[in-house]
Amino acid sequence: MADATADRPSAVLSIHRRPWFWAWVASAVAFVATLMLTEGRGGGDLLSAALTFASFSAIVGIGQMFVITLGPGNVDLSIPATMTLAGTLSLKFMDGATGLILPGLAVALGVGLGAGVTNYLLIRVLRIPPIIATLSASFLYQSLAIWSNRGLRIKPPAALSDFTTGATLGVPNLALVGLGIALAAWLLLERSTFGRWISAFGQNERAARLSGVPVEFVRAVTFIGAAALAGLTGYLLASFSGGAALNMGQEYLLISIAVVVIGGCSIAGGYSNVPGIWGGALFMFLIVSMLNSYGLGAGVRLIVTGAIIIAIVAAASGKEST
Amino acid sequence: MSARYRILLPVVSLAVLLAAVFYMQPRAMSYFGLNLLFNLAVPIALATVAQMMIIMVNDIDLSVGTFVSFVACVTATFLHDTPLLGGLILLAAIAGYAAIGALIEARQLPAIVVTLGMSFVWGGLAVLILPSPGGAAPDWIRTLMTAKPPLVPMAIVASVLLAVVAHVLIMRTSTGAILRAVGGNARAVGRSGWSLVQLRAGAYALAGLFGVLSGVTLVGLTTSADANIALRYTLLSIAGVILGGGEFTGGRISPVGAVIGALTLALAGSFLSFMRLSPDWQIGAQGAILILVLAVRLLFARSGRRKEAQHG
Repeated sequence: MADATADRPSAVLSIHRRPWFWAWVASAVAFVATLMLTEGRGGGDLLSAALTFASFSAIVGIGQMFVITLGPGNVDLSIPATMTLAGTLSLKFMDGATGLILPGLAVALGVGLGAGVTNYLLIRVLRIPPIIATLSASFLYQSLAIWSNRGLRIKPPAALSDFTTGATLGVPNLALVGLGIALAAWLLLERSTFGRWISAFGQNERAARLSGVPVEFVRAVTFIGAAALAGLTGYLLASFSGGAALNMGQEYLLISIAVVVIGGCSIAGGYSNVPGIWGGALFMFLIVSMLNSYGLGAGVRLIVTGAIIIAIVAAASGKEST
Repeated sequence: MSARYRILLPVVSLAVLLAAVFYMQPRAMSYFGLNLLFNLAVPIALATVAQMMIIMVNDIDLSVGTFVSFVACVTATFLHDTPLLGGLILLAAIAGYAAIGALIEARQLPAIVVTLGMSFVWGGLAVLILPSPGGAAPDWIRTLMTAKPPLVPMAIVASVLLAVVAHVLIMRTSTGAILRAVGGNARAVGRSGWSLVQLRAGAYALAGLFGVLSGVTLVGLTTSADANIALRYTLLSIAGVILGGGEFTGGRISPVGAVIGALTLALAGSFLSFMRLSPDWQIGAQGAILILVLAVRLLFARSGRRKEAQHG
């Protein structure tokens, strides 16, 4: 098994060789370019908004990153439906009652865990390729969400709503949650045996199996964890935006994969990094707000976003090819 | 599963689902009923064949849905108002698809990410062309899609025609064989003197062509378009290919199966609305049928392996 850290430069000077470096540079450029238009005003607000919105992308992105690390064909397409279902059911459960905030969180996480277990069982027991398993399961979750939603928009408890839109010491609460999860994910990936197992799995499943990595355990935990993070994001997003909507998860399918790629993780699996996920998540928000502030419409924004994703992949793979 | 049996399961799945529909609602067993059941099947089947071209070369296309939406927007605007310009745009879109295939091969990029990026691009172009739902279908495609051929509804005639064309193109021509070989063993194909860039570009161009046909026929049925009209086709088309016996790797695909898989999904979709059950479960039913068929396929594969073990 190749050691992911062996060939990494240790000096701060070679920071530009880190895989996540370019995502952060691109985010900084987009940030500065936006501020140039306003002549430096509103920088704090923009940063705060970026941190808030990026935290949603970062949390689902971290889950997706672990899944993608498992290697080719491993991707969770059920993230949007799980988010929607968790958001819908938890808000319906809480029904605006402040006392039920924590049980509501448990409901959201429970929905995520349930979806993750379902996904994994489809992959393991029915031997369905992960893409198709998570895809077909997502149809079921989406239907459940439609069925239980009934077009009602239930408001989140006021305290929860205040928490998700508020800030502590100037840092948005959601960003604190997102950074906390990122830190935990970083420790898990870089400092734990489990992280080694995931990377080994993605680099060579057969070699990992033969060297004693409990591959099925790794796969199960990864898929269930990703779905639980999606459930958490659904809960936070629904509380943040004042209610669950049936299309609330829609854009996060593309974003969750995009932040992994932009963050410099290998799409072929085996090599991932957590800082890049936050870099990618910030970039995805900042590029949109930059194009917005330059007065470009939704169409142009989408085209530029797509072109940038392709350009980043083309540039990154050029460096990797040997 | 051997190629001979690959087609068996999709056919049986469709037959079982159709039998269930007829059993519950015998009146569906008519020209009008079939027309209603398979109404939206043709664009889905075309999008599925487009996806199949990509899966054939071991890639996956996450931009099919937005591409078909884009084509639908072009059809309802340019192709209706200025047919020549509309046609040129659609040709350019196919060329764009070929260019993506060439880029993916030349730079060895992950197709899933490049097509993901392209889905933003097509989506953006669609929004630019048609910011709000509207437009109008060109008369000729409207006439074609609402034609009432004797005995068999148009949707079924078109599906059979599509299955035959796709089968001959992919399974019976030397070009098709080489394209499937790219999925089977690209290195071997490259070593024997073929240009992999050209071949992958070709496969993507075919996908673009069928994607264009999907968008045009969709507008023929709906008479107008919007930028989000076909977003679910991305997932439906992947599901259709797999349902039809295709596999993600090795160029092991079945054009006839893909069309049947798409018909099964379309039938599952119209099944519930036809039965006046809650449309809430429409998407869920498609998911459940997909899981069910894959479970059955696993049983087939297992018993197949056991037989091989006995004889071998």
